[in-house]
Amino acid sequence: MNYFPDEVLEPVFDFITSHKDRNSVSLVCKSWFKIERYSRQRVFIGNCYSTCPERLIARFPGLKSLTLKGKPHFADFNLVPHDWGGFLYPWIEALAKSRIGLEELRLKRMVVSDESLELLSKSFVNFKSLVLVSCEGFTTDGLAAIAANCRFLRELDLQENEVDDHRGHWLSCFPESCTSLVSLNFACLKGEINLGALERLVARSPNLKSLRLNRAVPFDTLEKLLMQAPQLLDLGTGSYVPDPSSEAYNRLKSAIQRCKSIRSLSGFLEVNPRCMSAIYPICANLTFLNLSYAPGLSGNELTKLIQHCRKLQRLWILDYIGDKGLGVVASTCKELQELRVFPTDPLGAGNAAVTEEGLVLISAGCPKLNSLLYFCQQMTNAALITVAKNCPNFICFRLCILDPIKPDPVTNRPLDEGFGAIVESCEGLKRLSLSGLLSDQVFLYIGMYAKQLEMLSIAFAGDSDEGMLYVLNGCKKLRKLEIRDSPFGNAALLEDVGKYETMRSLWMSSCEVTLGGCKTLAEKMPSLSVEIINESQQMEFSLDDRTVDKMYLYRTLVGHRKDAPEFVWIL
Amino acid sequence: MEVGLKMGMKGGGLNHVGGCEKAKMGFAETELRLGLPGGGGSGEGEVVRKRGFSETVDLKLNLSSKESSGMDANDEKVKVLHKEKNLLPCATDPAKPPAKAQVVGWPPVRSFRKNVLATQKGSSEESSEKAAFVKVSMDGAPYLRKVDLRMYNSYQDLSDALAKMFGSFTIGNCGSQGMKDFMNESKLMDLLNDSDYVPTYEDKDGDWMLVGDVPWEMFVESCKRLRIMKGTEAIGLAPRAMEKCKNRS
Repeated sequence: MNYFPDEVLEPVFDFITSHKDRNSVSLVCKSWFKIERYSRQRVFIGNCYSTCPERLIARFPGLKSLTLKGKPHFADFNLVPHDWGGFLYPWIEALAKSRIGLEELRLKRMVVSDESLELLSKSFVNFKSLVLVSCEGFTTDGLAAIAANCRFLRELDLQENEVDDHRGHWLSCFPESCTSLVSLNFACLKGEINLGALERLVARSPNLKSLRLNRAVPFDTLEKLLMQAPQLLDLGTGSYVPDPSSEAYNRLKSAIQRCKSIRSLSGFLEVNPRCMSAIYPICANLTFLNLSYAPGLSGNELTKLIQHCRKLQRLWILDYIGDKGLGVVASTCKELQELRVFPTDPLGAGNAAVTEEGLVLISAGCPKLNSLLYFCQQMTNAALITVAKNCPNFICFRLCILDPIKPDPVTNRPLDEGFGAIVESCEGLKRLSLSGLLSDQVFLYIGMYAKQLEMLSIAFAGDSDEGMLYVLNGCKKLRKLEIRDSPFGNAALLEDVGKYETMRSLWMSSCEVTLGGCKTLAEKMPSLSVEIINESQQMEFSLDDRTVDKMYLYRTLVGHRKDAPEFVWIL
Repeated sequence: MEVGLKMGMKGGGLNHVGGCEKAKMGFAETELRLGLPGGGGSGEGEVVRKRGFSETVDLKLNLSSKESSGMDANDEKVKVLHKEKNLLPCATDPAKPPAKAQVVGWPPVRSFRKNVLATQKGSSEESSEKAAFVKVSMDGAPYLRKVDLRMYNSYQDLSDALAKMFGSFTIGNCGSQGMKDFMNESKLMDLLNDSDYVPTYEDKDGDWMLVGDVPWEMFVESCKRLRIMKGTEAIGLAPRAMEKCKNRS
């Protein structure tokens, strides 16, 4: 291998694109490490505190695309205080000072300030793509800077961010000379939009393939935009409340007919349910349908729509579809790979409209199903066993029974056997979320069978430390483990401290681990950062016997972070 | 009458979770605070050491006999899980099914999604039930009536309906688009001077205005109550332009 000059190996390495493979390549020998690092353009950092900007810049001078994730996953559910961390600014500051020609930035659960967006927009001439998922801390002023300064912007994709909306003006900041847009998604913005500016922007963007509007964009504008952009592949409507007798509605119907390329459809944030038939012509070619923000439809209209979508591969809906509706999905969508059923009423625990029956129907009708997120009223072991038999290809299986400790309602037993069947049957399972009444037994099964498991989410489950130990010992490929409200304590935490160096992170909240246990762990493993999130301020540092509210630990190359707020103790 | 009350309550805010939560908001000092959807710092498990999970479980067990036969498993759960922290009980609201505790961060739905669905539910409830009922009084009539302005599409419709309700009065001729033609001074003065009744309304700012000045939709939005006055009394409400004309002539 060392006989090949660098110039030969470089183009070979170009074919190696996955991060994991690239990482493996870099470990082979020194010269491969060197060649790989100079040729690497895309870097993925799953925990922004595992390294620092300086190391990134030093190792990968050719960096063009950076993906960063900040807060732990449970931050999505309000379990992590807002100012915990995950700040983007230091990264942009450091990259701006370097020679790195950043072109793409993808962020998840980071705190993104307007200052960082402005600095970003001014520092990288060839910046092309900004994707923000579940971030916060910025306003539309930051977006205005991106629009105004990134001359070759191709992609601005905002997904489920908390944005302080100063109304409208940012869209007008795209200069007339900006004609390079390929993807524009501002569905998560709550405020008014300058509709004229939007129409002109779309009109001068011949390469626009993906457009997702927010609720403030009315039907009339949608119709005009579709006339301008029949080449769209991905459409997210804003408000869809046409007057069925209007000219605009007729024009939309013909505009839709011309949009022969649309494969992905979402939105309908406000909807006139009687006008969904205008959409039917594009349903036949849809591969992705996301109606999970459209509570205004009824189960019937949704089902009618889906009956036209025979090629669907991914479907995100609300649970008002009901078990019967899922039956229709099962008989229509034979290509289905991913299904997400969200609760229409997240706080109305116990009012979910789908049960184990719907899931069984889906599993019987959709053999290609490999990814599931399912919020339901109840689940039975028998159903899970059937699902496991029907769909052995699950890579991601996330089940959320709205009542967190509900047993199998038929037998009143825990759901151990059901989940056990899933992990036994689905040998490729990488991600699993559990719910319902569960004992240590389910963890025995997971440890035994879930050999490819990388991420596991546990809530209100287990009886003793044994449960957690089964998982830590058995799941060799485990990278992320997050546990809440489960009776796992120091014995489980401290049995194999080396394990955590092989993982990205561990989260434990409202469990039985004590401050003393965490201190012991931190002492033994200097390569880990062990954080205690201590909001109640009742904890005193010396009281080792107190159980810890929230503990988050992760491996890191750069020691303790300096930006932790007061209520975070790093042991 | 009930609809009127409903409107009042809805005006109070989009908290669709229920009356019990609203009541709780005043209890700043107690630990009993609720994990509101996307409620930022307020709900993050820092509070509530009081109510036990066991109590919640007991209440759940009372719901159905099926659940109570599973008591063994649940009891173990109760022993092991003396986690009092994360369960935020809802004071029993007789209108709601009892004893479903709100657990912080459960179900695991992104707060962004929770907020959006809560807002959408609130506003769709508003628009579907948004009847614009206003009280209508007529000088000399022994009792008041109530009308839903959204039942009508124009001033003429409203005028016809009120005429039916109250006997004889008229809104006068409506100009194009249902607005009075204010340049026709004589018409208006005739109207005001004769003994017919004239409808007036109280707007959002509390001012009494002559019905018919503004486009219908705007009127429906801003009208809080109607009063049918004697024409002679309504002169004081004519637009200033007309008063200037009056003074000139």
